Amino acid sequence: MTDIPAKASVASASNGSVLLTLMKARTFIALIAVLIFFSIAAPNFLSAANLILMSKHVALNAFLAMGMTFVIITGGIDLSVGSIVGLCGMVAGYLVLNGIDLQVGYTIYFNVFEIALITLAVGILIGAVNGLLITRLNVAPFIATLGVLYVARGLALLSSDGRTFPNLVGKPDLGTTGFGFLGAGRLLGLPVSIWILVVVALGAAYLAKYTPLGRHIFAVGGNERAARISGVRVNMVKMFVYMFSGFCAAIVGLIISSELMASHPATGESFELNAIAAAVLGGTSMSGGRGTIGGTIVGAFVIGILSDGLVMMGVSSFWQMVIKGLVIIVAVVVDQAQRRLQSRVTLMQMAKAG
Amino acid sequence: MNAAIDHDVILKLEDVSKVYSGTVAVKRANFEVRKGAVNVLVGENGAGKSTLMKIIAGVEQPTLGRILLDGEEVSFSSSGDAVSRGIGMVFQELNLFGNLTVAENIFATREITNRFRKIDSREQERRAAEFLERLEAGIRPDMLVEDLRIGQQQLVEIAKAVSLDARILIMDEPTSALSAAEVEILFKVIADLKARGVAIVYISHRLEELIRIGDYITVLRDGRITGQETMKNVDTQWIVRQMIGSDAKDFAKADGHVPGEEIFRAADICLPRVTGGFAVDHVSLSLRAGEILGIYGLMGAGRSELFDCIMGRHGHATGAIFIAGKKVRERDTTRRIRRGLALIPEDRQREGLVSILSVASNLTLASLSRFVRLFHISGAKENHAVAQMVRELAIKVADPAQEVSSLSGGNQQKVVIGKALLTGPKVLLMDEPSRGIDVGAKADVFRTMRKLSRDGLGILFATSDLDEVMALSDRIAVMSNGKLTGMFDRAEATEAALVAASALGHGPPHTESHAHD
Repeated sequence: MTDIPAKASVASASNGSVLLTLMKARTFIALIAVLIFFSIAAPNFLSAANLILMSKHVALNAFLAMGMTFVIITGGIDLSVGSIVGLCGMVAGYLVLNGIDLQVGYTIYFNVFEIALITLAVGILIGAVNGLLITRLNVAPFIATLGVLYVARGLALLSSDGRTFPNLVGKPDLGTTGFGFLGAGRLLGLPVSIWILVVVALGAAYLAKYTPLGRHIFAVGGNERAARISGVRVNMVKMFVYMFSGFCAAIVGLIISSELMASHPATGESFELNAIAAAVLGGTSMSGGRGTIGGTIVGAFVIGILSDGLVMMGVSSFWQMVIKGLVIIVAVVVDQAQRRLQSRVTLMQMAKAG
Repeated sequence: MNAAIDHDVILKLEDVSKVYSGTVAVKRANFEVRKGAVNVLVGENGAGKSTLMKIIAGVEQPTLGRILLDGEEVSFSSSGDAVSRGIGMVFQELNLFGNLTVAENIFATREITNRFRKIDSREQERRAAEFLERLEAGIRPDMLVEDLRIGQQQLVEIAKAVSLDARILIMDEPTSALSAAEVEILFKVIADLKARGVAIVYISHRLEELIRIGDYITVLRDGRITGQETMKNVDTQWIVRQMIGSDAKDFAKADGHVPGEEIFRAADICLPRVTGGFAVDHVSLSLRAGEILGIYGLMGAGRSELFDCIMGRHGHATGAIFIAGKKVRERDTTRRIRRGLALIPEDRQREGLVSILSVASNLTLASLSRFVRLFHISGAKENHAVAQMVRELAIKVADPAQEVSSLSGGNQQKVVIGKALLTGPKVLLMDEPSRGIDVGAKADVFRTMRKLSRDGLGILFATSDLDEVMALSDRIAVMSNGKLTGMFDRAEATEAALVAASALGHGPPHTESHAHD
């Protein structure tokens, strides 16, 4: 989580600009600010139970935002994640309740682990469809994922005719019990979903920083032509980021279904917007090439804590929307100001160096 | 041409200089523009032609010197000023609005309106049609500009300039996108304008064209005017001599090592053009280890496209390439780099660098697999390689974690070269490696090329700079219009022979119009 300010502070320490350092750490400062504000303004805000509950809320958005971050760094956008959440939830629910009917008198039931794997595969597959549309058929990412948004949502609704799959406890004799573990289980006192978030986030941050694939993601977003000439397999990189985004969405679908012990086909509507907001708040540049996983997670926490805190204070949900919007706009304005300041400092350094 | 010796001088530049921060683009130029004649201006890239024209058209103001129009001193503070004094210009880069109609473009900023300030489109289109008719291009005034071919767009640009009713008309490479037939029509229009007493200033790289339509010729080199003559008295040889001059640049000396075995061969490379014909037309060449093969040619001769084909950037290119005698079957850039090919592209900003990444990340971008264990990039190994490249190429950078965009042009170019070298290439393709960098960095780049060839690399380098190709190459290939039109040993190559070969087969389709200069 420290790696947003970390990279920045190396450069800024040398030019001694305090303002620049503050601006670079803005998401972190915002996080501390909302934490302090609500711990004073909202009673019980700092109780362990409330913090864990909030973390569970934040985790859902954080998963989607991580996938979104990689996509945005390559210069794309993924609008389909909310629908993938819904569809994957339905897939999991369907498998728990009905298994797969082989049409020859047998029905296969899977255990919960297998169901999770199949659901993740479905998410990755839809991500691959996004990727193929964008790389092979040259559809603009906005349009391709918008189309998939509708298709996936439609399929989710078709799967149950618009109804909810209720009561996903499973049957002991079919081996389908234990689906609630993801949403309600705990390890070492923390919810399972938080542990999953920690693992995926560490993995994603590692990938971004220490692997060729991660470096290539940034290169593609920074200058696709130069990346291609340098031998980067641009299409493979793009396929990966959309598949990873689908994977993250599938995790969220599983967790939500597990928490509710039910799958509702409308789950996840407009989640994509929260994910984009978290990524942008965390310093991801919509024009590509810039962004960090740590920043995005902090961004997700700022948005999540803000909305939960406002609920606890009893602020109307209409005002909550206004406030959330303002926070996002301010974040981007500060981001632009930082860029300008940064380039001025760089120019001055160049002038000094001669 | 019936060029009477004494056309009246309408515009005169006296001792005009133009200085940009640090560089002198034009030095004490004296230039006369004569009425009813085609005044040709010629020079290599960066010689200062465009700057001189911009001064006449009011786009730039001279730092020193006087401009005399009809014998009285004038100064233009903007291009609008110049237009009102009867000076029009056809710019090299098309200045058209694709989303508007031809007529709307021709009358942009001086729309014809009726009493109620409403644009009178019918009148605009009627008048536009008159101008277009003269150009015989079959362009309807109500067509959208973006629906026109690039050559037709250029004709619209010309119609726009003609419609200004200028006394002096400047044309900066007007034929660069025109077909042979369209060029003929343009020449007819020029003759017509001449007959009406319009002074035309004509800039072009195509020597044969200049000799055909020019009345007076002025040659620029490095911002200085090196020759002024009536066209009758000169030939191609003279022009080239004035253009090139004889002053030496700082080229690293050859060290006399002998090239080894053939390391690279391209056989019958073809790249069809969308508009028909070939951008690269059946080109075959071979390169030995430790040899520098210069590829000389004018803009759009197909040099960059040849390199692109070799690197596997065009799926529809045909032909075969061999490295050390073995055929390269891989068709994509990634695997061709692994086979030992590396390209230093012409356009550093667009194709060479990821400008928001650090110097270090850019250097290692193409060779990351060398520093990877399993899937982990070893920071120590990477830093070591980066430090070594920074030292070897003398890249001036305080901290390799700095963004590459903060470096000067020359150092950026060294980063691009370093990136290619880190892939451990056997064959290096360099496309205009000295473009847009300062003298010191140029010398460094040339020295690096010498050193690499001594180490046994084969180097193919493309340039439109005659001095460079003569000084650095062991052998020189000349391309023109997509074809290989000459292959000279260093010993037997002469500048005149290269220039002659680079002009072969010119005229017809010439779709590329690089914006430069």
